Amino acid sequence: MAATSGEARRAQPVTTTAQVAQSRDVGAYRQLTLLAPGVAQTARPGHFVALAIGDERSSMLLRRAFSIHRAAPGEAGTVDVVVADAGPGTHWLSELRPGDEVAVLGPLGNPFPVPTAPTSCTLVGGGYGSAPLFWLAEVLRDRGCRVDLVLGAATEQRLFGVETGQQVADSTTVTTDDGTTGAQGRVTDALPQVLQRGRADLVYACGPMAMLRAVTEVAASHGAVAHVAVEESMACGVGVCMTCVLAVRDDDGCTRMVRSCVEGPVFRGDRVRWDAWQDGLGQVPADALGAPSGGH
Amino acid sequence: MGQEVDLSTQLAGLRLPNPVMTASGCAAAGRELQQFFDVAELGAVVTKSVMRAVRSGRPTPRMAETASGMLNSIGLQGPGIDAFIAHDLPWLRSVGARAVVSIAGGDVAEFRELAQRLGDQPGVCAVEVNISCPNVANRGLVFACEPASSAAVISAVRAVLPQRIPVLAKLSPDVTDIVQIASACVDAGADGLTMVNTLLGMSIDLDRLRPKLASRTGGLSGPAIRPVAVRCIWQVYAAMQAGLLTQVPIVGVGGVRSGGDALELVLAGASAVQVGTAIFNDPCAPIRVRDELAHELAQRGIARFTDAVGRAHATPAPLTPAHTTPAPLDL
Repeated sequence: MAATSGEARRAQPVTTTAQVAQSRDVGAYRQLTLLAPGVAQTARPGHFVALAIGDERSSMLLRRAFSIHRAAPGEAGTVDVVVADAGPGTHWLSELRPGDEVAVLGPLGNPFPVPTAPTSCTLVGGGYGSAPLFWLAEVLRDRGCRVDLVLGAATEQRLFGVETGQQVADSTTVTTDDGTTGAQGRVTDALPQVLQRGRADLVYACGPMAMLRAVTEVAASHGAVAHVAVEESMACGVGVCMTCVLAVRDDDGCTRMVRSCVEGPVFRGDRVRWDAWQDGLGQVPADALGAPSGGH
Repeated sequence: MGQEVDLSTQLAGLRLPNPVMTASGCAAAGRELQQFFDVAELGAVVTKSVMRAVRSGRPTPRMAETASGMLNSIGLQGPGIDAFIAHDLPWLRSVGARAVVSIAGGDVAEFRELAQRLGDQPGVCAVEVNISCPNVANRGLVFACEPASSAAVISAVRAVLPQRIPVLAKLSPDVTDIVQIASACVDAGADGLTMVNTLLGMSIDLDRLRPKLASRTGGLSGPAIRPVAVRCIWQVYAAMQAGLLTQVPIVGVGGVRSGGDALELVLAGASAVQVGTAIFNDPCAPIRVRDELAHELAQRGIARFTDAVGRAHATPAPLTPAHTTPAPLDL
């Protein structure tokens, strides 16, 4: 099994008001470039930011969490995120234009652990969940790793980063549910072949929970370890609200309801209790620490 | 401007340098917020309600955003009192924070046991008794819905805690007559009242055609409920002024996002103010509210915070005299 380094762990988050440097359409999504040097400085692939919606009088109180697509430290110090306009909050964000301001909190969470020695890695992204994977691919390539990329979505418009993938990865495989581009099917249909070809030891994945589960299972059947970034809805992003929990096994095999914002969002796929996850609901397994006998 | 105003306040013998606290359940045990500001600078950190045993809480989704607010149904997830005493309380002491420990129980015995455990712990400034969490499987377990069960919990807690530790009863706004519940708590020995907990609410997902929260109902918080908090504080403070119940300090909580919001609760009768849901929007909210409150007071020429407490009751309201008599249920 490939050793991964813990060098890049949780960073010191900052709260800042960022100016929008760029906003552009990318397929079905909107990519925002934010001037946030304090965030860009310490960000690593897998970290996320929490963006406030509107000003201090906004009726939408809860921040929206986005994995960082790319961070460019240095004088300007920019952070890119990819937004899907899926509700009033994300609509407000996708309407932002250069010069507008948005409150940013980050970098948050734990980044992807990266191998200490050259390792063959396969990166899997569903929809715009692929956003952090290209930056991760670059970091891995810099470490001498082989990187194979698998990108999937319902339809061509909902893919993100295919061209970038072709530039940064050793191979890029595309799937769409409707066959509008790439192979028709799901990422997990294409994954076994990619894993075999690259002889991958490590798999990184971002996307919907059902996809992460399937990727974890395929990885395990090929002897690879999967690190998955989960998408749990959050209110605070910093560990105080306890809304973003999911059932995860610890080193001792004990299942706990852990906060995905501070203990994730990246987890080893084989530690997540996928059996607790069904139809958009995250159950508390009966054997979880402190699980209710009669309901909480 | 802030330094001109004396922000200190007194809660049943407990002197605080300023009246702003975190609200229970919105700041964990303070540690996560310490990376944004020094929690020792707050009047107090009110910790998330702790129970006897480790507790997993409820399934997800546990949260739904609503207009100017949110619903939560955490279900009192927590590490249990042993881990709290071993890790959280010593940490709060180590940074010099004043800790108000919130406790929750399934029955009177659990509340009593928790109070007993905390009574001899160093660094416990006050105990807030959460008799009003709406996120329990059995609605009958919301003690704060009935005067008798409220009193039973408060008297059990008061009896086992040393006198130097004030007991604050946290009340629910989801009652017909909050003055009656407040009165029962004060008679049972509560040294102060924290008002208000969340309101029981619900929201439905129009795509999935089912409740948004896995547990269906949750507690509504945020600016949306501030008028409810102001009303509850007003009613109970007015009843105290009228001699209907013993005067004890009120800790106001509900929808405070700015110093102006905090001042509103203070003018209604609160001697201290907690900041909760606003933390999720801005992790610096509690300390910002403290500074903004000082500014709001200074702007009005009020040099001492305590001079603002209940001040709105002294200012004639545009009502006929019959309506101004303190009749808690008659607004």
